[in-house]
Amino acid sequence: MTTAVTAGALAPRARFFPALAAVYRAQLSRARVARIPLLFVATFQSVGIMILMRGVVDGGSEARAVVAGSSVLVVAFVALNLLAQYFGQLRAGGGLDHYATLPVPPASVVLGAAAAYASFTVPGTLVTAGFGCVLFGLPMGGLWILGAVVPLAGAALAGLGAALGLLAPRQELATLAGQLGMSAALLLGVLPPERMPDVIVWTRDLLPSTYGVEAFARTFAPDPDWTAVLFDLGVCGAVGVLSLAVATWAYRRAAVR
Amino acid sequence: MSTGTASAKQDTAPAAAVTSEADARDVVCAVRDLVKSYPAVRGRRGAPALPETRANDGICLDVRRGEVFGLLGPNGAGKSTLVRQLTGLMRPDAGSVTLLGHDLVRHPERASRLLAYLGQESTALDELTVALAAETTGRLRGLGARAARTARDAVLEELGLTEIAGRPLKKLSGGQRRLACFAAALVGERPVLVLDEPTTGMDPVARRAVWSAVDRRRARHGATVLLVTHNVIEAETVLDRVAVIDHGKVIACDTPAGLKATVSGEVRLELVWRTAAPLEVPELAELAPAAVVSGRRWLLRLTPDRARAAVAAVTGGPAFAALDDFTLATPSLEDVYLALGGRASKGLVKS
Repeated sequence: MTTAVTAGALAPRARFFPALAAVYRAQLSRARVARIPLLFVATFQSVGIMILMRGVVDGGSEARAVVAGSSVLVVAFVALNLLAQYFGQLRAGGGLDHYATLPVPPASVVLGAAAAYASFTVPGTLVTAGFGCVLFGLPMGGLWILGAVVPLAGAALAGLGAALGLLAPRQELATLAGQLGMSAALLLGVLPPERMPDVIVWTRDLLPSTYGVEAFARTFAPDPDWTAVLFDLGVCGAVGVLSLAVATWAYRRAAVR
Repeated sequence: MSTGTASAKQDTAPAAAVTSEADARDVVCAVRDLVKSYPAVRGRRGAPALPETRANDGICLDVRRGEVFGLLGPNGAGKSTLVRQLTGLMRPDAGSVTLLGHDLVRHPERASRLLAYLGQESTALDELTVALAAETTGRLRGLGARAARTARDAVLEELGLTEIAGRPLKKLSGGQRRLACFAAALVGERPVLVLDEPTTGMDPVARRAVWSAVDRRRARHGATVLLVTHNVIEAETVLDRVAVIDHGKVIACDTPAGLKATVSGEVRLELVWRTAAPLEVPELAELAPAAVVSGRRWLLRLTPDRARAAVAAVTGGPAFAALDDFTLATPSLEDVYLALGGRASKGLVKS
């Protein structure tokens, strides 16, 4: 029986971090082939919105909200909308079978893809924020906060996008959910909250991107309220952890039927 | 393979045991009474309602070490459903699957550590370059960075893909893309390969590359291959044994030669008419009920004597004027399939 015993030995599992790194690298390389035009679209959309809003808002807190909202919108476009579409498409096209028949931890696949999509947003977010500061005459000294806003809002929105993409029963619904999520981020994030009715403001509070916008907008103030900034970023982080956990669960569920 | 302690004891098979006790140690994959049904689908606008379908209906199989074992059947026979259960992608409703001594119904996640699977879809790899697809798959199969790169280079070289290593799969022809996916399946050796129609769309050179790569792995460390196909010619040339599947059941399981021997008393006569068959010729009117007709084509399975008479009838007189082409051949697995009561031969391909 010796041959049978050795043959029955299980090959090692892929470890969490190396697998995550491999997925991340592969996803980043996809950007070169498929995603660059979409990144331009995301950036131009946000820049266009700021130019439009310039005629409506007159500096001060409203201008900060517009610049912060437009910048985070790039994150919502890519991390939420495109990732929801990607996972929806992967699931519908049988692409999950590829990962499900490899000994890779589900969290590595979901986190690797989410991290890659969050990374795609970095250039667009920086360009949008820089352009917005110039357009509305805001100080650029606080832009370093994007170093925290992009990963945390990225985690929250990418987790949400991945979960939507993996839970949607059909591919078209995944696309629809991604688009709706992005539209919500656009309407509720970019428009200054001062002019919204109460009900809409409550809805706005339910959207994770709002906290990224708020954290970023606060740092434009001459003397930022750092406690509030930390709280906002904390909410993003918490939603990120939660939504990525849900997405990982959804991945397991989608992979084995 | 490293050392391991996993028990390789065969589950005691019920009455339907396919392999005798003595051969049991050589069984790599044992399937017993596997049942899988898809629930009924309610009709929606544009989509008709579907009744509950029993895709696998009590399947029993034994795949032995080092063999190329084929699952042959038309589309919709239940081959892919069976393979999805063997690869841990789907749980059966009932029955057992034992792979190298591991119970895959209880531990479906172990499948990925025992076998490499080449599915029909390449969605997950489409936007990667050939090299990165192979390397990433190797990494996710548990190889270290350096080992994955070495294995990638070796496999790409072996399959003649080195020249197109830098091109994304999306930009390749169907056959090349399939070969690149096959390369990804080979990176990070596994004792069992499950290949779902691996050569679809490939030219003869690529096909040869696939079968030589498979042969090398069998020779080197006794790799076992489970092949899904609906191509009868491929089945006859590469398979050691084949299970013929129809309506979710194994209707026969033997070597291709053994299966063909069951219909050896017959030959196949294929007639193609220019327009309609000349039924006014009495010999043909007599043959007509026995023919499987598809368009202008008649397919007949006849004893050699009757075939000779039929050929004489169609190659002389008025019938010959109506004849476009005819072939007379010894039986193929397709004839076996038809003789066993399989549905029309439409789902099977000869190329």
